[in-house]
Amino acid sequence: MNPVLKLLLEGGSLSTAQMAQVLNLTEAKVNRHLEQLKKERILLGWRPVLNLSKEGASAVRAVIEVRITPERGGGFNRFAERISRFDEVESCYLMSGGYDLLVFATGSSLQKVAAFVSEKLSTIEGVLSTSTHFLLRSYKEQGFLMDVPTEENGRLTVTP
Amino acid sequence: MDTNRFIARHVVTLPKSGIRDFFEIVAKMKDVISLGIGEPDFVTPWHIREAAIYALEKGKTHYTSNLGLIELRRAICKYVGQHYGMEYQPEGEVLVTVGVSEALDIALRALVNPGDKVMFHQPCYVSYHPSVTLTHGLGVPVPTQAADNFALTAAALSAAWQPGCKLLMLNLPCNPTGGTCSRGQLGQIARFCIEKDLLVLSDEIYSELTFEGGHVSIASLPGMQERTIFLHGFSKAFAMTGWRIGYACGPAPLIEAMMKVHQYSMMCASIISQEGALEALVRGEDGVKRMREQYQRRRDFVVRRFNEIGLTCHLPRGSFYAFPSVAVSGLNEKDFALGLLQAEKVAVVPGTAFGANGAGFVRACFAASYEQLVEACTRIERYVRGKKPPKK
Repeated sequence: MNPVLKLLLEGGSLSTAQMAQVLNLTEAKVNRHLEQLKKERILLGWRPVLNLSKEGASAVRAVIEVRITPERGGGFNRFAERISRFDEVESCYLMSGGYDLLVFATGSSLQKVAAFVSEKLSTIEGVLSTSTHFLLRSYKEQGFLMDVPTEENGRLTVTP
Repeated sequence: MDTNRFIARHVVTLPKSGIRDFFEIVAKMKDVISLGIGEPDFVTPWHIREAAIYALEKGKTHYTSNLGLIELRRAICKYVGQHYGMEYQPEGEVLVTVGVSEALDIALRALVNPGDKVMFHQPCYVSYHPSVTLTHGLGVPVPTQAADNFALTAAALSAAWQPGCKLLMLNLPCNPTGGTCSRGQLGQIARFCIEKDLLVLSDEIYSELTFEGGHVSIASLPGMQERTIFLHGFSKAFAMTGWRIGYACGPAPLIEAMMKVHQYSMMCASIISQEGALEALVRGEDGVKRMREQYQRRRDFVVRRFNEIGLTCHLPRGSFYAFPSVAVSGLNEKDFALGLLQAEKVAVVPGTAFGANGAGFVRACFAASYEQLVEACTRIERYVRGKKPPKK
């Protein structure tokens, strides 16, 4: 595994200068590694992880199960890619089981998300049905716990 | 009334742990980056904590067998067999204890007659010598050297040996030095033990945190299982220090003797901790691997930086401690540590807390976040630059 990628996964929010120190590389080299990861589309980008229930970050999120008719030649991909391009769509996955695509959509209000589903998503040719579930509360987001205070590890400062 | 006169003589003369003095100073200061800690910075993995919570919910609140839960002893035998290559019987060759500390204490209490001599390599864990003293035994320290990467050598052992030596305590990988022995070195130690008829107490608490070359237990060498008590626990590999849970494996008569002391003093280890330990053994492997890989990367960074700064440091093959020499500063280890704390608010532990021949060294624990380690090294560098005697 790329050393920079390993550090990104375990090192929290180190600056490139700090990463360079830890890895014994120059900062330029760390940046080159990052560029390479982006070029290979392994590292897609950076986003803050927010608590959407807090004022200031509040948003409405829905999980939508979408059933579609696969196309000859394109399978599900063309539909999935088309759906994915909407700004409202945060994530989109092809699923096994009772439906085909699972779409995570966000909007500033319930109406906006509802409008996206009824006006955009369900009117795409090939979409057989949608089933929309609004998220009520989040407990864990991308590995971060929501309302649980950070665990004090309570280590003494000097121990044998 | 002078209550001191009630205290037993051998306790009055027992020195306080040097770590404690240092802790008192650090505890009064704010915003200290502490590399003086002897435990993982990870919290116990959740699946282990959850198993303990479940055990409580199920009403597992009673005494267990003095030896420990049989399911746990079976799991220990399986784990030890797979990882270390020794075969033990869960019914009579395993004793679950309140950490390795208790295992060591009851082993000494079960084995040492007043005046018996107990060898241990030094620098070593703070409790070794006092534990021997508390059983009215005589401690015989065997120095380990930076030149050998703090491995114990048969030559040093042979030089320190005296008539009356009965036990050898090993702690490989070692707290505080991170030193350990190769299979070849262990073989020589084993031959020496057989020749001099020494029983070995092998504290292998850091064995999962061996980075290069893999860990070899002395008990796995020919002729050694019958003269070794293998001591291990969950604190370091599974990040379970506060659970106080460990175990001893060895020949049935010795485990039986230890069990007698254990049953009259401790009765049994906490059942909740035993339940957590069982979960750790059954499903904890991935977590241990993940933590070991992180420690290794942090070690590589810290040791490299120390050497750049001039604090000569061998690459510890195990544990999460670096043990650099502070000679470059022109200070002794106590003044170095105290000065560093006051000037730069970084805590390391003076090597003499781990025995007289830790002089000139400090212990720095790299079980801390990268941010802290990077910052600590920057501060240590600034401190050492200021101390370096000007070149004539």
